[in-house]
Amino acid sequence: MNAWLTAMSAIIWREALRFVTQRERFIAALVRPLVWLVVFAAGFRAALGLSIIPPYQTYITYEVYIVPGLCGMVQLFNGMQSSLSLVYDREMGSMRLLLTSPLPRWWLLFSKLVAGATISILQVYSFLGIAALTGILLPWEGYLLVLPALILSGLMLGALGLFLSSTIDRLENFAGIMNFVIFPMFFLSTALYPLWKMGESSPLLRDICAVNPFTQAVEVIRFALYGQVNFEALGWTVLAFAIFFAGAVRGYDPSRGFIRGKAGAGGG
Amino acid sequence: MQLPTMHTILLAGLIGLAPVGAAQGYEAYISNEKDNTVSVIDLDTLEVVRTYPVGQRPRGITMTKDGKYVLLCASDDDTVQVIDAKTDKIVKTLPSGPDPELFVLHPSGNPLYIANEDDNLVTVVDIENDKVLAEIPVGVEPEGMGISPDGSVMVNTSETTNMAHFVDTKSNQIVANVLVDSRPRFAEFTSDGSQLWVTSEIGGTVAVIDPSKHEIIKKIGFEVPGVQPEALQPVGVRVTRDGQYAFVALGPANRVAVINAKTLEVEQYLLVGQRVWQLAFTPDEKYLISTNGNSNDVSIIDVASQEVIKSIQVGRLPWGVTVSPN
Repeated sequence: MNAWLTAMSAIIWREALRFVTQRERFIAALVRPLVWLVVFAAGFRAALGLSIIPPYQTYITYEVYIVPGLCGMVQLFNGMQSSLSLVYDREMGSMRLLLTSPLPRWWLLFSKLVAGATISILQVYSFLGIAALTGILLPWEGYLLVLPALILSGLMLGALGLFLSSTIDRLENFAGIMNFVIFPMFFLSTALYPLWKMGESSPLLRDICAVNPFTQAVEVIRFALYGQVNFEALGWTVLAFAIFFAGAVRGYDPSRGFIRGKAGAGGG
Repeated sequence: MQLPTMHTILLAGLIGLAPVGAAQGYEAYISNEKDNTVSVIDLDTLEVVRTYPVGQRPRGITMTKDGKYVLLCASDDDTVQVIDAKTDKIVKTLPSGPDPELFVLHPSGNPLYIANEDDNLVTVVDIENDKVLAEIPVGVEPEGMGISPDGSVMVNTSETTNMAHFVDTKSNQIVANVLVDSRPRFAEFTSDGSQLWVTSEIGGTVAVIDPSKHEIIKKIGFEVPGVQPEALQPVGVRVTRDGQYAFVALGPANRVAVINAKTLEVEQYLLVGQRVWQLAFTPDEKYLISTNGNSNDVSIIDVASQEVIKSIQVGRLPWGVTVSPN
C-alpha cells in the first residue's frame, strides 16, 4: 500500500515542481479568468441585476454570476495543460519510465489526475482571492465548502484532458483539441450565461448547454460556493468523471489504446 | 476527556452557524398596489406567511404604536383602512380625504397626518374617534410625510411645488417652506430631530435639512457605474437610530444607497429588485426591507453587514412596507 502512496506523492511532487518552475503558466492561469472578469463582465455589466435563479437568494450582478464559471475555466485549462504535459512526456520518453512502474496503470493515471487537480485548486483559490480584492465577495463558508466541489470538478476535467490526450500523439495536434473541445465546452455552458438566457436565443443551444459536462461541473461549483448541493449536477459530474477516466485508462492501455503501435514513437 | 471537548467544540460551532437573532417574531406588512392585497412576511423564516385582500390601490402602510393595528392608505377607495394585525380583518375605515397616498403617525400614537395627493391637503385624523381634526392646505401633489421625534413639527413634501412644508402641529399652520429638487417624495427625521432627509425623485438628490434653521445642510447626489443618471430616482429613506447610516431607495436604478450619515457621503450601493420604492427597518434594526415594485418582491438587507441576503416574492407592485413593533 505504501508503494502506491509513494508513487502518488512522487507524481504530485513532480507536477508541483513543474508548476513552480513555470511561473508564466501560473500567471497565465490567473490572467485568463481575470481578463474575463474585468473586461467581459464590464461590457456585459447587467448593472440592473440578473434575475434570481438558484442557488442565489437575491439579485446579483454579472461579475458575481460568472465567478463559478471562471473557476471552472481555470480547471478546464489546467486539466488540458496537465494532459498536454503528458503528451510532452510521451514524446520525451519520461512517460515510459512512469508506465514501467509495477503499480497498475489506472493508479498512475489517477495519481496524475490528483496532481493536476491539486494544482488547479491552488489556481482557483488564487483567482478567488484576487476576485475578492476587486470586491467580489462570496459567503465565507462558500470558500470552504467549494473545496470538495473543486476536487471533483478538477478530477473530472482532468480526466477529460487525459482521455483526449490519449487520442493524440503529437503536441501540434493539441491546437485542434483547443479549438474543437475547450472553446465549445466553455462557451456552450452555464459559465457565461444562465440556461434561461441561452433558451431565449435557441432551445437547441440551451439543450446542448444542459448536457455539457462542463456545465454540470460549473453548477456543482456554483452551488457549493453558496453552501448548497446540486445533486443532479453532482451526479452527472461523477458519471462524466467515471466515463472519461475509464476512457483514459483504456486509451493508455498499449494493447487496446487509440494510439496502439505508436507508443514507442516518442522514444527517439 | 478528549471526546467531550471535541463534542463541545462541535456543538459550539453548530450553534454559531445557526441563524442568529431568531425568535424575534417580527412580521413585515407589504402593500401590493396592483393586487389590492397585503403580504405578511415572517422575519425569522423570511417567508410570506399570509396574504389578505384590502381596499383598492393600497400604498402607504404603517402600524399603530402598540402594534395591534395596521393602517393602510386605500388610495382608490379614498379611505385609510384599519386592519387587526392578529386576525387580518379590516375593523374600520378612517375618513382620510380623497386619494390618500402616504401618512405619518404622531409619535404619541395619535393623530394621523395623511397626504391627499389630488386635493393639495394634509388631513389630520384622530384615529380613536375617527374624526377629521383639521385640513391643512399645502403645495401641489402632497406626498412625503415626516414628523419630528418630539411631535412638534410635521413636514409634508409636495411633488409639483417641490417644497418641504414645515407645519406646527399645535396650530396646524405652515411655519416654513424649503425649496428642494424636483419631485420630493419622502421626508424622514433623524431620531434626534437634528436633521430632516428629503428625497427628490426627478432631481435625483437627497436634501439634508436643518429643521431648526430651515436650511439645506447638503444635497447628496448619486452615481452608479453602468446605470443611466436619470434612473437614479431617490424615493424612500431611512436613518438608523444611532444616526450612523442612512439608506436611500433609488427606484429604477435597482439600488439602495448606503450613506454615512455623519459625513453625508455615499459609501456603497446595494443591488436589490426592480424599481425599489419604500424602506422599513425591523425594530431592532437588524434588517432593512425594501419593496421592489417592478419585480414583485421585497429584498431583505442585513444592516450590520450591509448585504442583501434574500429577495422574497410578494404580490404585484409592492409599494409600502411596515414592521410590527413586537
